[in-house]
Amino acid sequence: MTPAGPADPGGQPRSFTLPSQIEDVPGAENWRSMYPYFTRFQPGDDQRFWFYNSMHFPEPMPAFDAITAEIPYTAIGANTTRLFVLPTTLGIEHRIVNGRVYITAIPVTDPAEIGRRAAIFTERAGYYYQNWDRLYEGWKARIADLINQIEAITVPELPEFEDERVVMESVGVAQNHYVRENFHRCLDLFSKMWHHHTEFLMLGYGAYVVFFEFCKNAFPEISEQTVARMVAGIDVIMYRPDDELKHLAALAVESGLAGEFTEGCDPDAVLAALADRGQAGQAWLAAFEAVRVPWFHVSTGDGFYHHHRSWNENLAVPFAALTRYVRQVSAGESLERPTARLVAERERIAAQYRALLATEEDQGAFDQMLGVCRLVFPYVEDHKFYCEHWFTTRFFQKIRAFGELLASKGVLAEAEDVFHLQHYEIDQALADVMLAWASGGEPLGAVHLRPVIAERKQALEALRSWSPPPALGPVPEALNDPAVQMLWGITQDTIESWYSQASSGDEKEVRGYGASSGIVEGTARVLRDVNDIGQIRDGEILVCPVTAPSWGPVFGKIKAAVSDIGGTMSHAAIVAREYGMPAVVGTGQATKRIRTGQRVRVDGDRGVVTILD
Amino acid sequence: MISPRLTRPLTSLRSGDRPSVGGKAAGLGELAAAGLPVPAGFAVTTEAFSHALEALDPGGAIPRQIGQLPAADASAIAQACTQVRDTILGSPLPAGLLNEITARYQALPGPAAAPDRTAVPVAVRSSATSEDSGSASFAGLQDTYLWVTGAEAVTDHVRRCWASLYSVESVTYRRHQGVPEEGLAMGVVVQVMVDPRCAGVMFTRSPVTGDTSVIVVEASWGLGSAVVSGEVTPDSFVVSKVTGEIVKREVATKLRHHQRDPSAPGVCLRDVPPPLRDVPCLDDDEIRGLADLGRRVSEHYGTPQDIEWAIAHGADGEQIVLLQSRPETVWSSRVTTPVAKPAARAFDHILARLSEASS
Repeated sequence: MTPAGPADPGGQPRSFTLPSQIEDVPGAENWRSMYPYFTRFQPGDDQRFWFYNSMHFPEPMPAFDAITAEIPYTAIGANTTRLFVLPTTLGIEHRIVNGRVYITAIPVTDPAEIGRRAAIFTERAGYYYQNWDRLYEGWKARIADLINQIEAITVPELPEFEDERVVMESVGVAQNHYVRENFHRCLDLFSKMWHHHTEFLMLGYGAYVVFFEFCKNAFPEISEQTVARMVAGIDVIMYRPDDELKHLAALAVESGLAGEFTEGCDPDAVLAALADRGQAGQAWLAAFEAVRVPWFHVSTGDGFYHHHRSWNENLAVPFAALTRYVRQVSAGESLERPTARLVAERERIAAQYRALLATEEDQGAFDQMLGVCRLVFPYVEDHKFYCEHWFTTRFFQKIRAFGELLASKGVLAEAEDVFHLQHYEIDQALADVMLAWASGGEPLGAVHLRPVIAERKQALEALRSWSPPPALGPVPEALNDPAVQMLWGITQDTIESWYSQASSGDEKEVRGYGASSGIVEGTARVLRDVNDIGQIRDGEILVCPVTAPSWGPVFGKIKAAVSDIGGTMSHAAIVAREYGMPAVVGTGQATKRIRTGQRVRVDGDRGVVTILD
Repeated sequence: MISPRLTRPLTSLRSGDRPSVGGKAAGLGELAAAGLPVPAGFAVTTEAFSHALEALDPGGAIPRQIGQLPAADASAIAQACTQVRDTILGSPLPAGLLNEITARYQALPGPAAAPDRTAVPVAVRSSATSEDSGSASFAGLQDTYLWVTGAEAVTDHVRRCWASLYSVESVTYRRHQGVPEEGLAMGVVVQVMVDPRCAGVMFTRSPVTGDTSVIVVEASWGLGSAVVSGEVTPDSFVVSKVTGEIVKREVATKLRHHQRDPSAPGVCLRDVPPPLRDVPCLDDDEIRGLADLGRRVSEHYGTPQDIEWAIAHGADGEQIVLLQSRPETVWSSRVTTPVAKPAARAFDHILARLSEASS
């Protein structure tokens, strides 16, 4: 990437590459067909600053998966612009180029307008803070209801003759109707889930940002990780799936079943063998079934792509971890997280910083801000399990089931191909099937859609080779968008560092967020998929797209972690801090720039990974 | 026959002994008494100075003459200073004091490599008594001599420290500040010389940001004088007092270092060998060890401190030693205003922040 102008010697405005200057990736010239028209960059967009949302979208978007940008942004924008009426920002706009999602926030700058919005905001946000616990309990009930609803959705079978009941009970509606209705219900529920997801989001992160800024003013050298440690919960739901695996491992060892768990074992074979192991085996299987719902609905990714499957869909992932845990328990290691020690350490850190504050007034403000953070943090930390993991993995399963219907009717070559259609196009394909079932004719989709899908699959592969610039458009004079700052951790400093990197073009450095401090050097192991965690060797440095609880077992072996996605509060960051190892997260491109076997230096303080070879 | 009135071992001194031995000696004694690592040594008391001055100026002509000099008359000050310094440097020490210094010097534990007790290298450092000696402007005016060996050289450098009281800079400063000449005195510290691999300063409060939650360690190869004098850009490490984490590291290119001069007593400026220039001169354990000492020193005094330190070969391998600790004055003298005050409702902080037009 080269900046559009010189670094401002003659008053020339500083700029990243402009959207209009980006060329199509060879072999992927048809990428536009994959996304709705409203995601295209417009000529006027050259005058605005955009950044690549590598945190949520580190890969090129398959056509269907663009819904994980479209729907969240309809929800979060509604929340900030219309519901809570944030004074200084409206919503987020997104654009897709070469398969990558770029975003920008629309700021409010007119002081009168800020004041008008602030009056409404103060009343509405104040109501939520004042009633937080009660409202959060209500939220949990509502989200549980949504999960029940998405789980209950069925795909009509379209039998040759309609069920007798439909006639005898004079239902008056045939099955093909429900093809569309149920598909739409999936989308509608996904949309409602995202509205819920964003309901408390800005208020939660707002509390954190205010506390962080206070700490930074009082202690200019404090790291964000240390502030995060004062706030972070210990008994966080996101740890539960991994904790449950540890319990299952301990039970297996206690019951003398450890021998069934061998490196690379086939989960189905292990389950079958355990069924023949008498009472102990039955008891273990019962315990296993008891935790699968909901804890195995955890995603192997972070819920923004259809290929982020759940443990329940791919038992090989939890079984790889189980096998390692069984070995560790057999060797006498304790796997329990030292929660009492972690709580004590969190309290000690907070108490010491409080004691270092210069005035009693500061201490009073510190107590208030930390108190609000701890009030809101159960939501901030736990909502992901309900939304991105449990609900979203079920949502993609349902879409896949509609894919199976389309494949069974010959429209698609295979069910998984449904994710290469926009959801608007799936509507058409389903209408095609509904019509054919009704008329007794043949669906026309195969001829029309299969070549399109084949072409898109190729394009998607080609798009992977593109390194998206971290930002596009003019360098902003001041970035003061609370949403961008809170949710993406992007500040003026971040932008300046992107700009200087763009200008210098340093090939050896990969920059991200320093999420856990320390510096180590070692050999990189690039793992794109959690299923490959068996490849990692002791003392290597893990380089991965994103980590989720299913990656947990890896942290016992590695000496540093680097991820494409994630912020200071991401899973990789939290776990790395607990293990006391350096971590750099949110690099956007570590898995692409670093190769397995390369020597790298991970600087968790500055958020820089240096390739030493 | 050693008299505690003229010379005293550092370990016997405490902060309260400042009037009798000067600030530097009293401070080192206080550190040693707190169990902190300080090289062995002794102080020549202010009484020894007065005793010697009386011997060569029985009528008190020197203080009278200096005290009458106009602060602005540079040439008169220069002339008087030369005269007084010549007198001090040219006069032998009173015999009793000479013998005491010699005996104390020869009793110092020498480095393993120099078993010759008559040639232990020492640092001879002036130790001022003035109340405002904590301020850098004054402290910098007194002299320190490194790599002094042999009893005769030691006594010679004690006189040079005394004479430094009558440098043009010192006298001009005193005349400008109206510091009285009567009763002016100076202590001297004689301390076993450490031959540091690296050395520097540390601040128990960030000198850049005033942050009280961190210790900032600055380090460079060789003697700390290169860091203190600003002749090299040192490596800089910021360590959290709360978590012990090293939150910031800046490794500088260190082109030069101060080393013992092989051809003459004292110190010379040398080029750092190229392979060492860009590598950090401290490892993480050393940084944490230093920060730990820094924390103990500031806790001992109850106020932020600026500390000089060195890492040198000792009897048990490499060891950190402290060479001086002074109260931090820049940030401590500022008026403290709260960063934030409690709000009516805790969440009002957030409502206010999110309503701000710019941060």
